[in-house]
Amino acid sequence: MAAKRVEIRASGALKQVMALHFEEIREAAEEGKGKVAWCTSVGPAELLQAMGFRVYFPENHGAILGTSRASADFIPAAVAAGYSPEICSYLTSDVGGYLKGETPLKKLYGFKAIPRPDVLVYNTNQCRDVQDWFSFYQREFKVPLIGVSTPHPVPELEESHIKGVEEQMEALVEPLEKVAGFRLDRDALRKAVRLSRECSDLWKEVLMTGSAVPSPLTFFDECIQMGPAVVMRGRQEAVDYYRLLLDEMRQRIKDGVAAVEAEKLRLYWDGMPVWGRLRDLSELFAGLRTCVVVSTYCNSWIFDELDASRPFYSMAKAYTKLFINRTEKIKEDYIRGLVRDFKADGIIFHDSKTCPNNANSRYGMPQRFAKEGIAALVINGDLCDLRFYSDVQVKTSIEAFAEQLGEK
Amino acid sequence: MSEPSTGSGRASSGYFLGIDVGSWSTKAVLVDGHKSIAGKAMRRSGADLKAAIEECRAEVLKQASVAAEDVKRTVATGFGREVVGFADGVRTEISCHARGAFHHFPKEMTVIDIGGQDNKVIRVSQKGKHISFRMNRKCAAGTGAFLEEVALKLSIPLEQFTGLSRKSTKKLQIGSFCTVFTSTEVLSLVRKGEKKEDIVRGLLASVAARIMEMEPISGTVVITGGVIAYNPGLRDIFEQDYGLKVEVPPDPQYCGALGAALYASD
Repeated sequence: MAAKRVEIRASGALKQVMALHFEEIREAAEEGKGKVAWCTSVGPAELLQAMGFRVYFPENHGAILGTSRASADFIPAAVAAGYSPEICSYLTSDVGGYLKGETPLKKLYGFKAIPRPDVLVYNTNQCRDVQDWFSFYQREFKVPLIGVSTPHPVPELEESHIKGVEEQMEALVEPLEKVAGFRLDRDALRKAVRLSRECSDLWKEVLMTGSAVPSPLTFFDECIQMGPAVVMRGRQEAVDYYRLLLDEMRQRIKDGVAAVEAEKLRLYWDGMPVWGRLRDLSELFAGLRTCVVVSTYCNSWIFDELDASRPFYSMAKAYTKLFINRTEKIKEDYIRGLVRDFKADGIIFHDSKTCPNNANSRYGMPQRFAKEGIAALVINGDLCDLRFYSDVQVKTSIEAFAEQLGEK
Repeated sequence: MSEPSTGSGRASSGYFLGIDVGSWSTKAVLVDGHKSIAGKAMRRSGADLKAAIEECRAEVLKQASVAAEDVKRTVATGFGREVVGFADGVRTEISCHARGAFHHFPKEMTVIDIGGQDNKVIRVSQKGKHISFRMNRKCAAGTGAFLEEVALKLSIPLEQFTGLSRKSTKKLQIGSFCTVFTSTEVLSLVRKGEKKEDIVRGLLASVAARIMEMEPISGTVVITGGVIAYNPGLRDIFEQDYGLKVEVPPDPQYCGALGAALYASD
């Protein structure tokens, strides 16, 4: 079925922001113009930005490996080196690429290799794999590995949780100062937190435009548009970009422009994207006149708690309160609220084989939603490793789900 | 399923064709304007899906003495549904098996479709709408492909499975998550000297067990698909081991194609 896709005009500016991000890292790593810090995607990026590091996010690289389908070539090298094919396929794709000396960053942004880190900074708020992942590079590059061990999973957020993480974040400063070669400027930190919060607020507003009927954007657009919220939060460029994008989405709503022509069904996507099938899935849903209007994943870069007047405390709170770090009941209530607010007709749970922490279908949640009258479909797949993904099965499942919802 | 007509009379409102392109076989069912079956045909899907589709279409048209232009609408289903170039519409095999099963048993039910490469558990409302479904994980264990693989290893033709399993006197547990592991389990049983009929029953029981863990199943159960057509002994297992009341439509392997034809006639 031919599906008409509405291009986002702001995407040209998006490419420029992402190109700037990678160029700054490349210059630092390859031309000595600054220091490079590697950071997990929901790690303390604001602190690193404030200290002048060029911040590189291996998970973003993992998504690029998935989208470019380079993962298929790289994962076997990591598996051969002793990394199980059943652990995070961001990790195995990335480590495998490193072992082979390959990265799409060469072609995309002119890198000679992945950028050599000066320091590795993690937060275990999303999973333990990130720590093991960064440990690999600590052994390879012999650079400091520091991080935050966040209590997991957190039920109601208590002061003790926040304080514990806040202390760990403050303890990062001294080793980071040693690597940077200068003291942390507290005003610069406050500025980074303020900009990060502005970015988060704007990103949230962009995502909220998806609650309009018809929706001006889809989950698949958001997976691309979220780039600056992940890699450039704490920077003015990200704020400027989301202002531009938000204006365009608001204009679409005014003009009645739908991301999916003749939108008939609206869905929630839970779990990771299938990076290597973003376009296929986008077209499949568009052909079914179905818009995936909201997701757990893209909402994960909304940090309502960031507060420039209390940078460490608010970072600790924001990064501990994350959806992925919460208990089942809280996740369930959160999803239910978004299904209601976005007027979703049902939920697709992507049970990503190698990302159990971000797969919420494994403890009976879809069945509990179904009992409440919220239709749910579970598809098996993976974020990067397409060997765990069946095009035929997923297509049939999604089409049958659309038929089921259409018959209601 | 009513017997194919000899084509002596043409229904005034024309004919409707359903084609189910499955992983193992392609099926076609032609119904008339009264939703009565006028023809049915099946071919191995093989590597040339288009040839299988065309042969099935030609055969049902011949059975009903109907010209291609008398077919008012065609709906395709099955994993190869997109290959049916002349189809006017496509529906998933989930909707089509539900529709076909409801045609035979018009009541609230659970349809279990056991196919060559996947299994589906489909809940059907009393109005005949499919209200939820589950598909097996991406794995051959518990599907027709699994039985074929093991039958080959044991050198027992699949068509003998039911007869053998009905002679079984001992319930053996076989049930790895993977076809390769299951084959290993079976070979261990052979080495232990377990009887062929008990092993075969154990294999059929493992198919049922994999399906029973897909979803809680109760009430009226209708089994469709090719596996039940060739292994009716599977029905015994669902009834004996799980206490289910199982219905099997006539020609269960045609149920999806029938459903597609019925959708075509809407």
